[in-house]
Amino acid sequence: MSFNYEEYIRKGTLPHIWCAGCGHGILMKSIIRAIAKLEIDKNKIAVVSGIGCVSRMTGYLDFNTLHTTHGRAITFATGLKMVKHDMTVILVCGDGDAVAIGGNHFIHACRRNIDLTMIVANNYIYGMTGGQVAPTTPIADISTTTPYGNIDREFDICRLAEGAGATFVARTTSFHSAQMDQLIVQAIKHKGFSVVDVIDSCWTVYGRRNKFKDHVAMLEWQRDIALPLKAAERMKPEDIKGKILTGIFCSKEAPEYVEEYRKLQERARGGTPGQPQYEQSSGHL
Amino acid sequence: MKPTTKEEPRVVILINKKRCKGCDICVQFCKPGCLAMDGFTAVVINADKCTKCMRCEILCPDFAITVK
Amino acid sequence: MSMTEQVRLLQGNEACAEGALYAGCRFFAGYPITPATEIAEYLALHLPKRGGVCLQMEDEIASMGAAIGASLGGCKSLTATSGPGFSLKQEGIGYACLTEVPCVIVDVMRGGPSTGFPTGSSQSDIMQARWGTHGDHPVICLTPSSVQEIFYETIRAFNLSEKFRTPVIVAFDEIIGHTREKITMPAPGSVEVVNRLLPTVPPEKYKPYDAAGSPVPDVPPLAPFGTGYRFHVTGLNHRKDGFPTNDGRLIQEEEERLLRKVSRHSREIIKYEEYRLDDAEVAVVSYGATARSAWRAVKMAREAGIKAGGFRIITMWPFPEERILNIAKSVKGIVVPEMNLGQVVYEVERCSKGKTAVLGIGRVDAEPIVPGLIFDSLNKMLNKKAISRKNF
Repeated sequence: MSFNYEEYIRKGTLPHIWCAGCGHGILMKSIIRAIAKLEIDKNKIAVVSGIGCVSRMTGYLDFNTLHTTHGRAITFATGLKMVKHDMTVILVCGDGDAVAIGGNHFIHACRRNIDLTMIVANNYIYGMTGGQVAPTTPIADISTTTPYGNIDREFDICRLAEGAGATFVARTTSFHSAQMDQLIVQAIKHKGFSVVDVIDSCWTVYGRRNKFKDHVAMLEWQRDIALPLKAAERMKPEDIKGKILTGIFCSKEAPEYVEEYRKLQERARGGTPGQPQYEQSSGHL
Repeated sequence: MKPTTKEEPRVVILINKKRCKGCDICVQFCKPGCLAMDGFTAVVINADKCTKCMRCEILCPDFAITVK
Repeated sequence: MSMTEQVRLLQGNEACAEGALYAGCRFFAGYPITPATEIAEYLALHLPKRGGVCLQMEDEIASMGAAIGASLGGCKSLTATSGPGFSLKQEGIGYACLTEVPCVIVDVMRGGPSTGFPTGSSQSDIMQARWGTHGDHPVICLTPSSVQEIFYETIRAFNLSEKFRTPVIVAFDEIIGHTREKITMPAPGSVEVVNRLLPTVPPEKYKPYDAAGSPVPDVPPLAPFGTGYRFHVTGLNHRKDGFPTNDGRLIQEEEERLLRKVSRHSREIIKYEEYRLDDAEVAVVSYGATARSAWRAVKMAREAGIKAGGFRIITMWPFPEERILNIAKSVKGIVVPEMNLGQVVYEVERCSKGKTAVLGIGRVDAEPIVPGLIFDSLNKMLNKKAISRKNF
């Protein structure tokens, strides 16, 4: 069934700036479809991004959109969510934005389990600036700052998120549209910090330098390399090697930050949380 | 008298030339081969073969193709 | 909360927190840093009671981001720090400048640079307050001198921030941040509290950076997120509808409006206090805790037969250029004492346009500048000894 994306896009803003074949456009469609499926009021949706190619998505989407500073999207989103509980706040960040410069905010948002949905457009590279190595760039890959091959080990964003306390963690690829839609829907619905690692494709500055023929080849690669977690559980380690595991890694309930803060406010209004030495000496009546 | 009604096409594939960047994804992923590249834009060469799998519409990064 | 005037004994930092609460601030995000931590601690206790939010974020940068995010949600927000944290916040401050998001940043100044002298006072972030963030941007910075004044200037900071849709910095030194003084807290409602302009046009016509027809010239109304107005906020140079642009002409226009937004209202924003300047032959220009010594020095000078006068800067940025030039034209010399090695003295020199001698007194030993030191300088200035910049 054809989908009408136009009602979710700001008029006159397309064609977007992304290169021909860029996975970000495919991801943007999935996000729109997920939001449509959930039937959330456009006025109650905020999409927050950092800096990088995918961060430009916010300009095109017809919601409350916030394009912040590099790595800091989560911090702005946290402030917004804490004062506007009723808004659905979705984050769209690149891999470098999310777990390099944004790494500290990433792990703390996971730890707080604050009700935000973090979609990481993971294309293994810093695309906007021309193709520098990112924390998710595979070892040995070529980039403009690793002309002899990358020697940094790569992050597994899902393990990082789970380790830091996120309560919904999943991975998919821009090729696997149906799964991508489903996971984004679930991530948004989930009450807590949700992370969806979307393996995305940048041929222009990554694929081209790392033996991919074109963007079609990158999508085909995503199709072939992805291995659903459930299937992997039944396979031998040697057969899983080199594959990218997709699916839901973690989906659990835990105290959610906004809710916990609401309870804190009630406690504060109701009783005394303990008299610190400081308060008594301040002359406070 | 036989009523003459114009038959509606089964499938209409529309390509927005202003948005299409010629990435070739829709062409390559269309199994029946409904699409082809014409210079830097995709064009519909045979809509009759379309199975409405929607792959081209879903995978088009540029919001340039719709299948109705 | 009392409904009448209250007399309290408060620390400067606490007075700042109370001023914020009075102005309607209901969001604080911060990080522990000497000597500003008390502001966070005080608000951690008091904000939740009033339905507000007080967060200790994972770092200073996160605090700045969270404050801006909360403000975009329509909530008056505050963050507070000292030198090292102020350095970290600069990118965020610039973001708030360009996106025109109201927020207040408090810098309780300590010895620097770098980790510096955490428990020592200073006035060494004044230039940073003006130029800390990159690019052309307007700045409003207030420098109170007493606990009472911190209270009122924090309210004024929020009012200016909301009225002109710009971040406002309140910078005071550790001395008055930690000093306890008697303050009279006004009854709720007796001091004006200003809120940001809201749009009067329907959502489909709203442009977040279009100031046409605004009751405050050059200041566009700002709709809170989630209230039916959907728009884009970006740190990229942007059009009036918020969408990023590469059009140089538009960027120039918008940048000029940004600067004009503060400069054309500078008369309203600029605030200072004068003491016996009418017939002064020599003047002292000071701010913050140092101004308290300066006032004493002026009295001492007058008693010694020296016609001295004092000028106390309360709004540091925009700088009171016109008034400084007028003073420069009428006195034989200006002394500028600061707890740094020379920052405001350069502004005074610049604004004096060579009309008078300018002598800076700077110290960074964390000790307050005592009245005697200022008195000596006023005396030497009049006795025409070789004028030079003296750093003790």
